[in-house]
Amino acid sequence: MLKNREELIRLREECRAAAETQKRKILVCTGTGCVSAGSLNIYDRLVELLKERGIPCEVELKKDPHDGSVRVTKGGCPGFCEIGPLLRVEPEGWLYTRVKVADVEEIIEKTIVHGELIERLAYHDAAGKVYAKKNDIPFYRKQQRVVLEHCGEIDSDSILEYLSVGGYTAFEKALFEMTPDQIVSEVSESGLRGRGGGGFPTGRKWSQVQRQAATPKYIVCNGDEGDPGAFMDRSVMEDDPHRMIEGMMIAGVACGASEGYIYVRAEYPVAVKKLNKAIETATALGLLGDNILGTDFSFHLRVNKGAGAFVCGEGSALTASIEGKRGMPRTKPPRTVEQGLFGKPTVLNNVETFANVPGIIEKGAGWFQSIGTETSTGTKAFALTGNIVNTGLIEVPMGTTLREVVFDIGGGMRDGAQFKAVQIGGPSGGCLTQEHLDMPLDFDSLKKIGAIIGSGGLVVMDDRTCMIEVARFFMKFTQSESCGKCVPCREGTKRMLEILERIVAGRGEDGDIEMLLELADTISTTALCGLGKTAASPVVSTIKNFREEYEAHIYEKRCPTHHCKALRSIYIDPALCKGCSKCARNCPVNAISGEVRKPFTIDQSKCIKCGACLEGCSFKAVKEA
Amino acid sequence: MDQNLDYGKVNAILEAHGRRESDLIAIMQEIQAEYRYLPKELLSHVAEGLGVSVARIYSVATFYENFSLEPKGKFVIRVCDGTACHVRHSLPILERLRSELGLSEKKITTDDLTFTVQTVACLGACGLAPAMTVNDKVYPSMSPDKASALLKELKESL
Repeated sequence: MLKNREELIRLREECRAAAETQKRKILVCTGTGCVSAGSLNIYDRLVELLKERGIPCEVELKKDPHDGSVRVTKGGCPGFCEIGPLLRVEPEGWLYTRVKVADVEEIIEKTIVHGELIERLAYHDAAGKVYAKKNDIPFYRKQQRVVLEHCGEIDSDSILEYLSVGGYTAFEKALFEMTPDQIVSEVSESGLRGRGGGGFPTGRKWSQVQRQAATPKYIVCNGDEGDPGAFMDRSVMEDDPHRMIEGMMIAGVACGASEGYIYVRAEYPVAVKKLNKAIETATALGLLGDNILGTDFSFHLRVNKGAGAFVCGEGSALTASIEGKRGMPRTKPPRTVEQGLFGKPTVLNNVETFANVPGIIEKGAGWFQSIGTETSTGTKAFALTGNIVNTGLIEVPMGTTLREVVFDIGGGMRDGAQFKAVQIGGPSGGCLTQEHLDMPLDFDSLKKIGAIIGSGGLVVMDDRTCMIEVARFFMKFTQSESCGKCVPCREGTKRMLEILERIVAGRGEDGDIEMLLELADTISTTALCGLGKTAASPVVSTIKNFREEYEAHIYEKRCPTHHCKALRSIYIDPALCKGCSKCARNCPVNAISGEVRKPFTIDQSKCIKCGACLEGCSFKAVKEA
Repeated sequence: MDQNLDYGKVNAILEAHGRRESDLIAIMQEIQAEYRYLPKELLSHVAEGLGVSVARIYSVATFYENFSLEPKGKFVIRVCDGTACHVRHSLPILERLRSELGLSEKKITTDDLTFTVQTVACLGACGLAPAMTVNDKVYPSMSPDKASALLKELKESL
């Protein structure tokens, strides 16, 4: 239990010194991706073999470690899930990719004992060039990691590791050296804007809560990262939970709040576990609880697990859910800053926003302003996914162009396909096309063209993707997540979805496009909350950028990308078919029949056009017309 | 009263939450973790225990996707149909699982209560697309064939 500031400083120094002593460090990624690829087995094997060979190793950061011992750490996710399981070798900074249990012996012998690089395990680009160091890999070189700086670098279960990299320095500064007003003005001056979607200035939000007379006040963290295709916040919560907690504590000092809630979606069980562990260890150290570090500041935190409702990402729905009610938004005003959780003044920010705060307090507003653009300061984490070579978690300064993200960091399109569009901001966002490739990604540039940064999902689509299907997909999502409280969203999204379903089913009619746009206009101006207001954005944006695709579906009954099942017909080319029967076995509805070693045929009346036969054929005999 | 339901356990859960109404969601999550669904009899018991109406309990139980008033299978398979998985063809995987288990969009659990097949909007495992989970264990880069093999493995593990 730390009783005062000096004790915290001393402990931090001890942790730092211990980390310095152990230069040789092996970090095994234990993010969701690498774990599912077997990284925990690699970790176990590594520890087991080191012990067998009598090489001193520690699995935790301890005070006064054995000099020259190896530390084997469960590090979080460095974000390059595509090539996992990942293993990092320090002090060299090497990154080993696609590591298998069978490689562990060689890693110990060559790398740990003799300090040699195993080239086979290093990253190879498409041309075969070898990159030994993680930070030399093109995927990482163009990134600037601020919020994600510790993700994959420290063991997130260990508060001592967080302290060893300077953890809770900002909180300490805020608590002992700054007045609440100074904290708020530092955050305001930094230009930090909410990373959850809207981009509202964080400092202004804090000062509004600070001014409220009502007590108690609450600090709430929105970890309900529901946008399909986005997982930045999950990584922060899993891999650097203390950073976010520190941000919440600073907000508590600034606004005079002594209670905080973290609302995490149920689909992130690991994040819930890690956050609870972080709260437990911080409480045990006396960084959370009553009279922290001997001051009169108290702060208690608890984690609330969501129960599967996308709309709970909306502020008033989220607070209703924490109160144990249906997560439905209410009319505003009063706003959350005035009457939020339990009807009291509430600071509600998302995970990435809070995670930005310690850096601003520690290094100053000027440092933060020096990153990004004038009106969008700092960095933004994006989840880069879809039909792109390098998928994963990235962080770049605000204002980085889409081209740099997709081609330099993302490595371009998969399988030699052509770039078509990027869906940004999930179901509330829009699509960016070829013409937007050189546009800077920041709040204001995106707003101008009807898109938003949103929470930061970037789904890259190639020329085989049907944009009407993408619009339908998002509308289906929003429609099923509509809470049903207001008519425009409840009924309007349903009608829009019906029209889109008709179009992809080959039953589009003249006037559909106009009707979609009219409905979109009505819903966005009259819906109650953000979910409804932005529900139509993907449709409006795809009509704007790909109107000719809509027209092809409606007037020519043709899907230019051959994606829409109803508009395609699948047949087997008798000249190429070897009669292997694989397609017949893959067919879920038994529509394919034939005699082995003779060409097979598809019964069009049974075929559901799912394409399972297409993907499985080794002879490219299954074709689409 | 149903003999198979352990009211003592529910009471313990209620106590652990200090019978606070605001903890309703957490309380039901814990009950569901125990039974894999929310048995009706227990919901009335929870209403009584918290001193609120049964309607209040149902309003929450029916609002959230994760609560189920129907029993679920021993293995709950959730196929991710988030954007990233969708564009990397998650639907054929779902179709394969459903056809092998005789399930559909409406009928999600097998009669022997072994398998439940559902979709989930996003698991946040987009780098591993298409992904699915079986009782929260993530299976990355799936295909219809891999899903079939996994089903076989699960059946054998019974």
